[in-house]
Amino acid sequence: MTLEFLMASAIGILVAGGIYLSLRARTFQVVLGLTLFSYAVNLFLFASGRLIVGRPPIWSRSVSDYADPLPQALVLTAIVITFGMTAFVVVLSLRSFLETGSDQVDGDNTANHSDVAP
Amino acid sequence: MAISLTLYGLVLLPFVAALVIAVNSGGRRALHSGLAAAASAAGLALILSLAPRVLAGEIPRVAAAWVPAIGLDFTVMLDPLGLLFAGLILGIGLLVMVFAHFYLAPEEATGRFFASLMLFQGAMLGIVLSGNVLLLLVFWELTSLSSFLLIGFWRDKAEARQGARMALAVTGGGGLVLIAGMVLLGLAAGSFDLLTILGRGDIVRASPLYPVMLLLILIGCFTKSAQFPFHFWLPHAMAAPTPVSAYLHSATMVKAGVFLLARLWPVLAGTDLYTIVVAGVGLVTMTFGAWVALFRHDLKSILAYSTISQLGLLVMLLGFSLELAAVAAVFHIINHAVFKAALFLSAGIVDHETGTRDIRRLGGLARVMPITAIVATLAAAAMAGLPPLGGFISKEMMLDETLAIGLFGLPWLVPVVATIAAALSAGYSLRLAIRLFFGAPRDAGHHARAHDPGVGMWLSPAVLVAIAVLLGLVPMQLAGPLVASVAGAVIGAPAPALGLSLWHGINLALAMSIVAIAVGVLLLWQHAALLGWYETARHLDAKRLFDRGLAATDAGVRRLVVAVHTPSLQRMVFAVFAVVVLLAVDGAMVGGGIFTGSRPGVPASPVAVLAWILLVAATVAVLRAQRRRFVALIFIGVIGTVIALAFVYLSAPDLALTQIAVEVVTIILLLLALNLLPKTPPLLSSPLRRWRDAGLAVSGGLGAGAAAWAMLTRNPNDPISHYHVANSYSGGGGTNIVNVTLVDFRAFDTLGEIIVLGIAGLAIYALLDTATRGSAGARLRSWQADMVHSPERHPVMFVMASRILLPLVLSAGVFIFLRGHNEPGGGFVAALVAAIAILLQYLASGFDWSDARRRIGEHVLIAFGVLIAVATGLGSLLFGANFLASAFGYFTLPIVGKFELATAMLFDLGVFAVVFGAVMLALAQLSHISQRAARAAAEPQGPPS
Repeated sequence: MTLEFLMASAIGILVAGGIYLSLRARTFQVVLGLTLFSYAVNLFLFASGRLIVGRPPIWSRSVSDYADPLPQALVLTAIVITFGMTAFVVVLSLRSFLETGSDQVDGDNTANHSDVAP
Repeated sequence: MAISLTLYGLVLLPFVAALVIAVNSGGRRALHSGLAAAASAAGLALILSLAPRVLAGEIPRVAAAWVPAIGLDFTVMLDPLGLLFAGLILGIGLLVMVFAHFYLAPEEATGRFFASLMLFQGAMLGIVLSGNVLLLLVFWELTSLSSFLLIGFWRDKAEARQGARMALAVTGGGGLVLIAGMVLLGLAAGSFDLLTILGRGDIVRASPLYPVMLLLILIGCFTKSAQFPFHFWLPHAMAAPTPVSAYLHSATMVKAGVFLLARLWPVLAGTDLYTIVVAGVGLVTMTFGAWVALFRHDLKSILAYSTISQLGLLVMLLGFSLELAAVAAVFHIINHAVFKAALFLSAGIVDHETGTRDIRRLGGLARVMPITAIVATLAAAAMAGLPPLGGFISKEMMLDETLAIGLFGLPWLVPVVATIAAALSAGYSLRLAIRLFFGAPRDAGHHARAHDPGVGMWLSPAVLVAIAVLLGLVPMQLAGPLVASVAGAVIGAPAPALGLSLWHGINLALAMSIVAIAVGVLLLWQHAALLGWYETARHLDAKRLFDRGLAATDAGVRRLVVAVHTPSLQRMVFAVFAVVVLLAVDGAMVGGGIFTGSRPGVPASPVAVLAWILLVAATVAVLRAQRRRFVALIFIGVIGTVIALAFVYLSAPDLALTQIAVEVVTIILLLLALNLLPKTPPLLSSPLRRWRDAGLAVSGGLGAGAAAWAMLTRNPNDPISHYHVANSYSGGGGTNIVNVTLVDFRAFDTLGEIIVLGIAGLAIYALLDTATRGSAGARLRSWQADMVHSPERHPVMFVMASRILLPLVLSAGVFIFLRGHNEPGGGFVAALVAAIAILLQYLASGFDWSDARRRIGEHVLIAFGVLIAVATGLGSLLFGANFLASAFGYFTLPIVGKFELATAMLFDLGVFAVVFGAVMLALAQLSHISQRAARAAAEPQGPPS
């Protein structure tokens, strides 16, 4: 069992959960799905710097080998942007519910959809 | 040098004037009209200063590269054709502006009016002075846009808006077609430079692209010049103020199409296709327009259809592809511009003084308005083609030329139809003058207060009519050299010797002219009978057809959109994911090779395995906890925490800090939202759908996992981060390479990202701030609390603890911010920590208490942050460094000791402000409307919804 396997499988599971929830009918589930999906994307981006234990990219004269700082910088802003995006989607779905009275992504015309069980 | 300044000044002057007028649009009418007239007069003076050289054969020209990659140069040139049109645009423009000053009431939006007018004038000048066909297209579109503003000037009138929209749709649409035609022309000629194209007529006409190119360009010209069947926009454009109509439909807008035909005459004319299409369309338009004009009752409508007819005449003459016909066209362009502007302005005077434009209700005005009567009657006589006016000469030249042309092998066709059209023209022109000014007053009410206007209003049409008379009496002296020189420019060779005079001896053209006038008088005599017959006939309503066409297009587009763009988000998202998965599979198949790379793995510790199990279990729990939403949030928190731990373990302390902080605010955000979202039991999808989605989810997960595995088991391929590592301390002055990357190496990325974050914050504010209105507000007020609240809303222990914590947490934030350049931390994390500290107060002490103690608005913080970041970047430009390059230095203070100051820290301060502002804006707004909802629910009788 290697760290690489754990990371790759964790990314896969998060993606699967993210896709499944993103396809649900209600806005809150979609938001959860996007959150899982964002976790996976950030991890994947981070993993592109490879998995290195115990060598943080803090420069020092005596050290010559570091974890790749560039993916970390990219992921750092990505995490914050993800928050911005999540917040926006949450508020959008809230406003959409307040306007229409429905929290379903496709509106409330349930009769037309085969995917709604009684 | 002087020439280039003059030419550029000529083109730019109207735009500068438009800008100055627009900026001072609050000023008085005299300021606006004075600026506009001054700019026109200055332009006219520039033109006249160059005129002798141009008429002597010189072509002043200046060029500057604009977009060299596509052959677009800013080339301005003044040849005789451009000189004639520029003179008309500026000269008639000047007269129209003087008139408009008196025509418009001082309380109207004169600033907007004259600014639009100058914009339009600049666009027209640009067309006629362009020495590059692509540049010409730019100005061509600009005339469509600015005429839209002018026609729709009285925006409170529905017909003005509709007329403006129709004109824009037809002329703007034609402009798009013209672009295609011009590009083909440039490709065929091998250049977009006008002079080059003009010299390559043979190559262009031999090109296989010629027929397509010709038809496309002709559509552009015909839509602009209101040729049949695109004529219908022009009568509706009469909803514009009369000075605008006078300007647009005498010398400018509609003449642009004629100008372009004349401009490209040496290149395009001469083929059978050209003659048949252009002369045919011109002939039909001329006759049709004159016929309809005979039966109109609105003064401006008569003039509109007469304009269509006269433009048809010009197009037909150019279509003959004969040199003498081109000469006649040039002379008639001048005549028409002069008498039509005079007529429109006279119509404006009549409307202004009597309050109506319906000639059935007017009559005998010569007694009360003698000056207007003389002016308008002479102008109408010129339009009718009566001697001794300029209109007579050009009409006779036209009739003479028709004898030389045989369309469809019928030598009599064109002369006969042209004589009929001339008779109709004589009929409507005479009807206009006689009905208005002679006979008995028909409707006493409209004549009671009618009198000649002040000199300011009749001066402009009087000047124009004087020119029209002189063009008939002394044509050679007044216009001979100009016409010869312009005709030479149209033909592309020296013009044939011309003798402009009233008397050419007794010939067939004279006979046709006499017949036309006689028949015109006859038509007028029998007009009542003809009108009765005309009105019983059925007519196609072009506007209704146009509206129906628009509606059909609209419906068609709607159907297409619905067909390719299903309104179901679920289906769309499914399609997107499915396509991505298929693409990934396809890509993996193409690559081939080995799935697992050769990079040795890092053995996993038991703790790592445990964390992994926790993450997987939490993910499954989120999926299963659909009914219990708060529980799902807890599991989301677990996943985020595991990821943060992974970052700690995998040498990314900055990421771990950020992840933890973001996790906290995300959970608070979701909690707040969940509070307001409906709590009805979840809808379960059908099993089929769930299995289908699960199938896609599993394949997506497998794909992503496999890609991650394939990547993680290979060594990176020479990453660029070596540079970052090597230069972090020496170049960026910081030991935290991640932070230096964010605020220095890739600061431009960061700048973009904080701007996005700021926009998200503002958008959230916009969405929530307006949520209390309308149906959303009603729903918000009817919100019902569904959970048991603690009897004590703000527990004292919590409140006290949070207030003690506030300075501590804020100090931690400052500390994290300051150490960020060298140790894990920085603006992002510090902002999140500070936000959490403040949010804690909101949680503990309530929204109202905390909000009342807020000193700086979040909007201000976001703006301040972005500005500080940008200013830091610009500051480095001042020192000659790249945008956002940082500088740093080491300083020593007593007690504190040696420390570092870097401009990157200022940038990080900007980051801090934006992130803090955006986070607080989102959460505070959300809790604010929760608060309002809760308050409304708490009141026994809530406000009526």
